[in-house]
Amino acid sequence: MPKTATAARSAPERLHLTADVLVLGGGPSAAWAAVAAAESGATVVLADKGYLGTSGATAPSNTGTWCVPPGDNRHAVVERRWQRTGELADQRWMLRCVDTAYRNLLQLSEWGYPFPSEDDGRLYIANLRGPDYMRFMRRRVLLAGVTVLDHHPALELLSDGDAIVGAAGIGRQIERDWRVDAKAVVLATGGCAFRERILGSTGLTGDGYLMAAEAGASLSGMEFTGKYTLAPHGSSLNKGLPFRWASFHREDGSAILGPTGEPLRNGIGEREEEVARALIEGPVYARLDQAEPALQGWLRQGQPNCFVPYDRAGIDPFADLFRVSLRAEGTVRGTGGIDIVSDDCGTGVPGLYVAGDAASREIMTGAVSGGGAVNSSWALASGWWAGKGASTHARRRGGKAFRNEVRPLGQAGLRPAASPRADIAAREIIETVRAEVVPLDKNFFRSGAGLEKSGERLESVWRDVRDHLQGEGVERIRTREAASIAAAGRWSVAAALHRSESRGMHRRTDLPGKSPTLAHRLVLTGVDDFRISGAPERLAELAS
Amino acid sequence: MIEIVSATRCVECDICVKVCPANVFDATKDGAPVIARQEDCQTCFLCEIYCPTDALYVAETAEGPTGISEAEVEARHLFGGYARALGWKRGKAGGSQFDPTHRIRVAQ
Repeated sequence: MPKTATAARSAPERLHLTADVLVLGGGPSAAWAAVAAAESGATVVLADKGYLGTSGATAPSNTGTWCVPPGDNRHAVVERRWQRTGELADQRWMLRCVDTAYRNLLQLSEWGYPFPSEDDGRLYIANLRGPDYMRFMRRRVLLAGVTVLDHHPALELLSDGDAIVGAAGIGRQIERDWRVDAKAVVLATGGCAFRERILGSTGLTGDGYLMAAEAGASLSGMEFTGKYTLAPHGSSLNKGLPFRWASFHREDGSAILGPTGEPLRNGIGEREEEVARALIEGPVYARLDQAEPALQGWLRQGQPNCFVPYDRAGIDPFADLFRVSLRAEGTVRGTGGIDIVSDDCGTGVPGLYVAGDAASREIMTGAVSGGGAVNSSWALASGWWAGKGASTHARRRGGKAFRNEVRPLGQAGLRPAASPRADIAAREIIETVRAEVVPLDKNFFRSGAGLEKSGERLESVWRDVRDHLQGEGVERIRTREAASIAAAGRWSVAAALHRSESRGMHRRTDLPGKSPTLAHRLVLTGVDDFRISGAPERLAELAS
Repeated sequence: MIEIVSATRCVECDICVKVCPANVFDATKDGAPVIARQEDCQTCFLCEIYCPTDALYVAETAEGPTGISEAEVEARHLFGGYARALGWKRGKAGGSQFDPTHRIRVAQ
């Protein structure tokens, strides 16, 4: 019989629970963290902004995994992948990740997740269909005895001065505040999509980054937000795979050329650069005309979400030209996030763990995008480690956790530094941030002068947020999201300015090429007054 | 973006209110749920596949509504189209065992 979280005495208008481990988030890494913690004997509460099963970037998608079976070949596969990471990834972490992810994929098949079969009858476990996978994981989380609070966004972390001891937020459908006292917290709140209208973006506002930074955790890789993916114009379908077999054309019908001068016949990976250049000049149209009939069938059947926009708009994408956009993906398919300092996904702040896209994936994929596959395996592995780490911490801390007075840590968007102002509103703040971190000519291609200007604007937005933004009741969700987006945008531009070179998805037109002195991670510490240091300095600091 | 809750198809189970990750719907006392926060819709189409009676329609545009009518969605057999493509039925998951995506990855 699994242990369940207990309701404590509290004012009737507030939900007050206690647990060993609190997981914040509702995507795959949150689910795996909750299962891992519960299996180690911890009482677990999972609180998500949306619904565990549909929240996050995975649920609406169909994602590959980075699936590397054990064996002699594994080191070689990891080594080859590392070569593509701009020298910033860490092979030890990559190896750990493929190992744990593989084990959890096998676990899924043992649990009965309906994987497809290959022609020889073996299960093909290297792909997960989002809606089915996340619905399945919801069931596993509930079977593990976890208390799930859907539509219960967290607004802030709680600290007892020594460690993180829970979080507080609001049940948005019942308009009731909640608080969970927990001996450890896992942030699995996802990345920051800067409110771009892409799959999963609604909840991905970087809330975890701000909460972690307020608690004293660091961030890394925040400059790597230059990943964009093709989508039918005006749609939410940021899924690049079908564009692997596409041709691209300008308004006048002329073909867009690749680096060799031949017409572009593949719009994904590094070829996004040619498409981006053309999109800055004017509208771009595509046609999936490089796909053979058999492949067309597999694409339709295997990636049905990608075809929903075409079917509904009455387009045959294999025969007709249709307009496309590059959708900004922030840190979701970028690599930035909360810096991990220990093997159990600890953040360096006692009691605070991180998993999935909320964590920096620089150690996994460096300066290039992990795409769906690496990020999906990372969620499988980091969720597991963070859940175990949090439950071990909870056990070690025992009764010491709630002895001191508990203090809420939320600042910007909740407790402004000066008097609140009604004219500082969440929506306008988000639009102002988007104007600096979304346009292709500012963020896909960057320049020192452009980043300076963006940085000044974002500083001014941040001052308004810090000093004057406040909401009441459920509106606090919006003000807190706006504060998180403003903070993430400001950190991202500052880190991009600091990285005076080009590396991976960080493309400086004024500084093309890698600088050997910058072949290390940039770690950012502090909310309002932050500093950026190289990873080696950070390590020395931790050791001292 | 979510555009239609068909009152004729809806059985008022309010599952969409629960599962929408963007909290777009509000339940009502004596009728079908209403689209209360359309602007928040992330156009993920997941409400459609969780709906046991294919009563919901999400149009393909993410930035704003198209204004499509329920009659047109019916006439073009668009209700439940995404669920059918996946193999989900009456709000229940299904079809992932037939996913041929591994063949695409080989071709890639």
